[in-house]
Amino acid sequence: MFRHAAKLLRRPVPTTSPAAAAVSRRPFSSDLPAAETADPAFVEAWKKLIPNIDPPKTPLSFMQPRPATPASIPTKLTVNFVLPYASELSAKEVDMVIVPATTGQLGVLPGHVPTIAELRPGLMSVHDGNDVTKYFVSSGFAFIHANSFADIIAVEAVPIDRIDANLVQKGLAEFTQKVNSASTDLEKAEAQIGVDVHSALNSALTG
Amino acid sequence: MSAPMPFWRAAGMTYITYSNICANLVRNCLKEPHKAEALNREKVHFAISTWKDGKAEKPVIRSDLAED
Repeated sequence: MFRHAAKLLRRPVPTTSPAAAAVSRRPFSSDLPAAETADPAFVEAWKKLIPNIDPPKTPLSFMQPRPATPASIPTKLTVNFVLPYASELSAKEVDMVIVPATTGQLGVLPGHVPTIAELRPGLMSVHDGNDVTKYFVSSGFAFIHANSFADIIAVEAVPIDRIDANLVQKGLAEFTQKVNSASTDLEKAEAQIGVDVHSALNSALTG
Repeated sequence: MSAPMPFWRAAGMTYITYSNICANLVRNCLKEPHKAEALNREKVHFAISTWKDGKAEKPVIRSDLAED
């Protein structure tokens, strides 16, 4: 396993020469400057040729520029919570959002480090002052940007008061039984998913 | 593939399949008016046509709507 170790240790470290360092260090996507809204070269050329008429709008000028990363940490987090069929929260300013990531409950405050998190079936809570709104999210992703914008996308998310506890218990019992009686890998995986989702629903209702 | 991977991928399932199964299970655990709305929202009706030798074969219709 370590046959190649000597060769790998002997190769030159990439950051020794400044030219190589500039090439090998890739910028993070959060380091990009705010996108341009108009092509300056085009506007220049137009003004030279036709100074009286305003230059026409290009598709670039209709796009909203990415909100710049503020120099100091903003006081509120802007949340966009979308589902395939509806936009639950659209640019809502809140204090904190707790999302159920696969790596555990992720609490997002303004000024959070840019993160992409895959969500697992679990409870998501939106905290604004003293109000807490809880949703059960089936799965999805959370993108947290450097400018304290959080985009949370989920396939299915319901406020927890719409969940029926009896159906959850029945489902849990049914899938635990299926896990034990499953034969193929795929059946076992499906039954395991059922157990995971129903136990998450259960703890969301009781927790 | 021996890289650490979720159990569903090891069993041959893709992320989209996993995500859709989770969403369906959640929809089936809702209280009554919301459950009917959610299941209704997800009904699909479409036709699949295969083409062979430049000619369309008879399309297959897949539908969750009641057959009238």
